Amino acid sequence: MARYFAGRLGQSILLVWLVLTITFFLLHLAPGDPMARYDDPEMDPETVEMMRRQFGLDRSVPEQYARWISNFARGDFGISLRYNRPVSELLAGAVPNTLRLTVAALAVYMILGVALGVTSAAKKNSLFDRVGTLAALVVYSIPSFWLALMLIMLFSLKLGWLPSSHMQSIDALSLGALELFRNRAAHLILPAFVLGVASAAGMARYMRGSMLDELRRDYVRTARAKGLSEGTVLMKHAFRNAAIPIVTIVGLSIPFLLGGSVVTEKIFSWPGMGSLMVESIFTRDYPVILAINFIVSVMVILGNLLADLGYALLDPRIAFSGEEGER
Amino acid sequence: MPEELLKIEDLRTVFRTEAGTARAVDGVSFTVGRGETVGLVGESGCGKSVTALSIMRLVTDPPGRIEGGSILFEGRDLLGLSEKEMRKVRGNEISIIFQEPLSSLNPVFTCGEQIREAIALHQKLGRRKSKEKTIEMLRLVRMPDPEKRYSSYPHQMSGGMRQRVMIAMALSCQPKLLIADEPSTALDVSVQAQIIELLAELRVGRNMAILLITHDLAVVAQMVDRVVVMYAGAVVEESPVEELFGSPAHPYTKGLIDSLPRLGRRLERLPMIPGNVPDPLDLPEGCRFSDRCQARFEKCATEPPLFDLPGGRLARCWLCEGGDG
Ligand SMILES: Nc1ncnc2c1ncn2[C@@H]1O[C@H](COP(=O)(O)OP(=O)(O)OP(=O)(O)O)[C@@H](O)[C@H]1O
Ligand code: SF4
Ligand SMILES: [Mg+2]
Repeated sequence: MARYFAGRLGQSILLVWLVLTITFFLLHLAPGDPMARYDDPEMDPETVEMMRRQFGLDRSVPEQYARWISNFARGDFGISLRYNRPVSELLAGAVPNTLRLTVAALAVYMILGVALGVTSAAKKNSLFDRVGTLAALVVYSIPSFWLALMLIMLFSLKLGWLPSSHMQSIDALSLGALELFRNRAAHLILPAFVLGVASAAGMARYMRGSMLDELRRDYVRTARAKGLSEGTVLMKHAFRNAAIPIVTIVGLSIPFLLGGSVVTEKIFSWPGMGSLMVESIFTRDYPVILAINFIVSVMVILGNLLADLGYALLDPRIAFSGEEGER
Repeated sequence: MPEELLKIEDLRTVFRTEAGTARAVDGVSFTVGRGETVGLVGESGCGKSVTALSIMRLVTDPPGRIEGGSILFEGRDLLGLSEKEMRKVRGNEISIIFQEPLSSLNPVFTCGEQIREAIALHQKLGRRKSKEKTIEMLRLVRMPDPEKRYSSYPHQMSGGMRQRVMIAMALSCQPKLLIADEPSTALDVSVQAQIIELLAELRVGRNMAILLITHDLAVVAQMVDRVVVMYAGAVVEESPVEELFGSPAHPYTKGLIDSLPRLGRRLERLPMIPGNVPDPLDLPEGCRFSDRCQARFEKCATEPPLFDLPGGRLARCWLCEGGDG
């Protein structure tokens, strides 16, 4: 198994390199100039030219690529063209914020999705199942920015229960540890819900289907024939099997969560990677775009690797020598 | 005849499908005595498995439904029990083993755990005690290296070993009745005999009754005391085993026995009688066997009852009217 994952790691490194290289060339082929915002009659053209040289933008694209990749390999993400600060400094602020939001959204997604899916399967064709199916479809098709605005209107503006933006209140620094935690948790609820709920709707459908598939199987009949309670039959016997394909789906949904976080962060003024990415694209801040791309790729690949590991842990039939046990 | 343990009366189980209502078990009655082994035979689709599942109340609803009759177990009607009371019967007083041991075992739990769970549930034992008991059961069913096999997953075992696991699970709580639904059919021919012999051996000294469902008349001859023959959802003949082979009363039973190859060769499936089993969606008027019966006559246009014959035998055929066979 260790060898299997070592192999996967090698593949992943190659993949990340490929993604970054493609992004690099696409960025440089796309129209637009990072120095365009200094296009100002007040600005001394010579100063702009000097900055251009300083950032290496005066060189040919292959030359820039060679310089960038060798710096990158050494862990140097370069200097932000816009802020004139090390990219790593910008990321150190943004990445943990995005992680906090995505992990919370993942929790919403899994808990809500699994609970609804399992309950629907257990009560197949009941009122709960029918209403749930319809609700899932509706939630799944609502654009998340609209949902976000509706929730802000209801919970922030009308009811005043939850804050509508940012990660914490302006006066957060004056709060005690417990108060700060509560304050941040309150700020997290709406964005995490908005980001997680659409995927949760999809998850509920998968989970329901997977559970129903398992409930038809012979071993479920055996479990019932032993005299086990319906709860044990469902949650021990069927669920353990139904969860196996779901783990892969969770892994595959990580890119969607990260993608969704761009919109969600923008709406809720969440100071994360998504907001930073949008800004950087508008201002052609190449080093920042590439660094965020790198981090997202790594997260996606890591998510898939973890999903595979989970799959292997849940299914004793996976042998990792390439062949599977007979089913 | 031994004291009655199970008494099924006029059991009716149907399946509601889009094509209509299939009367899979249509007024079945028979009894199983304490410690007795009863064979349930009949062609594919005649309702043997549905009868077995009805006794356990494990028919999937929908589409299945037990519509009527009674299943008296030690005098209590199982059909009248609450689901909670029924769970105390399943795996404890009545156990069942199925044809296909691989799909009947959960692929993600060890075989040991799947047995242990039943023991822990019914005998209220802790983890360590129930594990010891499980290993004891594995030894009883002659599992090689039982301590090690406790932690094996179903896919790591052979078909014969898996069926031994199923048997160990079924017997772990000393049931009074074991239902074995074609326990050897899905196995390699070389292993079939071992499994049947194991069952024959294990019933000795346990006073355990067995309802043995099988296609294999050789197994019937070897194992059972009494035979119930089903055809198209109904019992057509019931008889002690020697008499059944010596002088079958119902034309269907005769057909089955006549087409048995000599020397008692074991068969995967029952030999063919010309014609097809009627569709449970659309059972024929009158005698269910009439369209395949060579002896049929005018009376056969109405359904015959089960006639009492000498020696405690029963047969559903107008030829047996008056009890002379
Ligand atoms: N889930 C189901 N849905 C619809 N019909 C069913 C279902 N299960 C069984 N039946 C019907 O009940 C009838 C009896 O089936 P059953 O499984 O009891 O046959 P059997 O005697 O056990 O046959 P075999 O020897 O092939 O195991 C079949 O003809 C089938 O049409
Ligand atoms: S009742 Fe008639 S048709 Fe039916 S088995 Fe007897 S003789 Fe044949
Ligand atoms: Mg069957």
